[in-house]
Amino acid sequence: MLGNFLSLALVRASIRMATPLTLAALGGTVTMQAGILNIALEGMMLAAAFFAVAASHFFANAWLGLLAGVVAATLIGLLYAFFVVDLKGDTFVIGIALNIFAAGGTVYLLRSMFGVKGAFVSDRIRTLPDISIGLANVSGPIAEVLDGYSILTYVSWALVLAFSILFYRTAFGLRLRAAGEHPVALETVGVSTRRMRYLAYLGSGILCGLGGAHLSLGYLNQFAENMVAGRGFIALAATIFGQGRPLPVFLACVLFGAADSVAIRFQSLGIPPQFALMTPYVVTTLALWLVSRPRAPRVKEATAHMSTKEADAA
Amino acid sequence: MPGMTDPERVVEMEGITKQFPGVLANDHVDFAAFRGRVHALVGENGAGKTTLMSILYGLTRPDEGTIRVRGRAVSFSSARDAIACGIGMVHQHFMLVPSYTVAENIILGQEPTRRRLFLDMQTARERVRELSDRYGLAVDPDARIRDLSVGTRQRVEILKLLYRGLDILILDEPTAVLTPQETQGLFTTVRALAEDGRTIIFITHKLPEVLAVSDQVTVLRRGRVVGNVRTTDVTMKDLATMMVGREISLTVDRTPAAPRGEVLALRGVTAIDNRGVSALKGVTLEVRAGEIVTIAGVEGNGQTELAEVIAGLRPLASGQILIDGHDASRLPPRKRRELGLGFIPEDRMKTGLALEASVEENFIIGRHHSEPFSRRGRLNFRRIREHALELIRDYDVRTPGAQVPAKTLSGGNLQKAVVAREFSRGAKLYVVAQPTRGVDIGSLEFIHRRIVEMRERGAGILLISTDLDEVFSLSDRILVMYGGEITGEFRPDATSREEIGLYMTGTKRMNMRRSTTGVA
Repeated sequence: MLGNFLSLALVRASIRMATPLTLAALGGTVTMQAGILNIALEGMMLAAAFFAVAASHFFANAWLGLLAGVVAATLIGLLYAFFVVDLKGDTFVIGIALNIFAAGGTVYLLRSMFGVKGAFVSDRIRTLPDISIGLANVSGPIAEVLDGYSILTYVSWALVLAFSILFYRTAFGLRLRAAGEHPVALETVGVSTRRMRYLAYLGSGILCGLGGAHLSLGYLNQFAENMVAGRGFIALAATIFGQGRPLPVFLACVLFGAADSVAIRFQSLGIPPQFALMTPYVVTTLALWLVSRPRAPRVKEATAHMSTKEADAA
Repeated sequence: MPGMTDPERVVEMEGITKQFPGVLANDHVDFAAFRGRVHALVGENGAGKTTLMSILYGLTRPDEGTIRVRGRAVSFSSARDAIACGIGMVHQHFMLVPSYTVAENIILGQEPTRRRLFLDMQTARERVRELSDRYGLAVDPDARIRDLSVGTRQRVEILKLLYRGLDILILDEPTAVLTPQETQGLFTTVRALAEDGRTIIFITHKLPEVLAVSDQVTVLRRGRVVGNVRTTDVTMKDLATMMVGREISLTVDRTPAAPRGEVLALRGVTAIDNRGVSALKGVTLEVRAGEIVTIAGVEGNGQTELAEVIAGLRPLASGQILIDGHDASRLPPRKRRELGLGFIPEDRMKTGLALEASVEENFIIGRHHSEPFSRRGRLNFRRIREHALELIRDYDVRTPGAQVPAKTLSGGNLQKAVVAREFSRGAKLYVVAQPTRGVDIGSLEFIHRRIVEMRERGAGILLISTDLDEVFSLSDRILVMYGGEITGEFRPDATSREEIGLYMTGTKRMNMRRSTTGVA
């Protein structure tokens, strides 16, 4: 029974579910490092999912689909940046507005472009390929667990590593984190905080674009209304859970991805779906509660710290 | 006049005028600084020192006037332009990232890299060590800023400028946050930098410092230059008169204290700080009516927590607090105020005032719920306004009106507003923490006079100060606090600064009375 429950299929499903979360959460991480809580991960993913399917359909090419998704999410990211960084809008208000805009806009375009309600399926849509990372010849459990996912799954793993290095080992990372923790200090040494924040939104857009495109072209092969279904917010939760550090954020995504796939498994065990489908949200809520108890997320802690220091200096 | 420039003249500002809404901050100001000299820029708060230096540093654009750096006319639109011209500034509020190491803060913006991408921390550390050895600015490149003392942070700020190769250094009230020993250390550094051919502009309003460290002084008053002299040609009294525009007394006239009954008693008080570390380790003390008892000490030795536990802003871990004979150990702040406590907190911006609220609203905080300011839950605006105008007049609070937000006032005036609110209550006991930190000399004189006046009227005063000038000019008794304990008790006429300094740094300690709950 337990062996059956913890089957290989379940592990693989968890890893697959974790991929869009990881990509979007890395997007949240980049902005968090620059001192911004990105509420619009959800909307960015949704727009990307739509435009990825649309472009894949028109050009019958998955890569152009991926590109279109990334561009769409990036444009939303830059719009977000413009409102928050330049017009000094409230990050929550703008973020929520953009999420609603993406939800309504994709439904509108779905109807006006494809004349369908609910979901758009087409045999012209090309999906992103699953690839082998060369472990196929190596038999055994490692190969079975790690080989043969969508290319974006491997990209997401590589990006976790790449962002760990970017944040903590490069000059860019030093400036980016300074923009988050003490923007005025960064300005006084002649680095534009505005520029760093725009770059953070840009990075966030690209990553959410990959995450959204993965949802629609990586395994579902269609666009459905509101298909992101809260994954953007779960990714945001993972970002906060990991306090903006790529590796912990990734682990949180794997945990939440596992909760997602367990939810499906629960249903097959006869647990009412109303309860089974709660699993990822319950896990997310519990995780956030756990992490928020001992100390607040990184960004908040940094500001609180800063203000006491300023008080000291005053 | 190009070509006629004195080669030593590194900075020349001519006819600088800057109008802010309602204030002419700089009125045709001329200012020049020379290579290898320390130039003090003095004036009361609001005299225009900071505006002038913001203009030189590219943060503010002048309405009129010209700036030349090394003889070349410049026009800065941001600090970046000023930095490119070799001008650097140590801000009053340090511009350091708390979670970063010393080395990371110093290189930020000009990082040494390998393959143009990866941080080269090895080189960074070496550069920091090199500079810190050369100028005697001891720092550990790998220490995190948040763990460092204020004095060390300031050294990091100076190293940051030196790392960037800047040679015109503006120091904005650099000693405001330093201990006497740290101040001495800073002066040595400043002199060494000047010897090395750098130009130092030292903004301050502490006159002894001007005499101790500068070669040349420019005095500003209400946006105008009222004096530009060689330091050797003036006395402190001259400078004070120039600054304020009238003769002022630098010492407080006072009679010996005639203390009566006890108004505050602490018995074995212990408390923890925000990080959960023990901050007060069994403090026992008394304050009697009609005396000023001062807690002297280096900042961060529990003084902040001491003030907070008495005011009711921080819970006691153990021990007892009596206000006017009543046990107040567990009482909320309002009840303590009703027992006769008045409180002037060290942080006027965060604790002392509500910056977004108007001046008149700030004046009734703590009394807003009682007569005559409110009746059955309704505010009496007429009475509130009258009260505000009265305090503005009596305490010389310079404000455009009673209804402007408190945040529009300058530091000295904010402090006078807090003093006005608390002293006008007529309490029996005042806890006064750092009352003159960062305030101008005119306000300082005023606040000191008021404190003595409250004592004459029979209030007991517990003064917490890190400024030894203040400690010696006001105290009837001095208690030194070190590591969360009272380590010595003195009479100001029977001790010296050096003696107090030894206790402040923990080098010496007396056997003090201990409570049963105190640490052995």
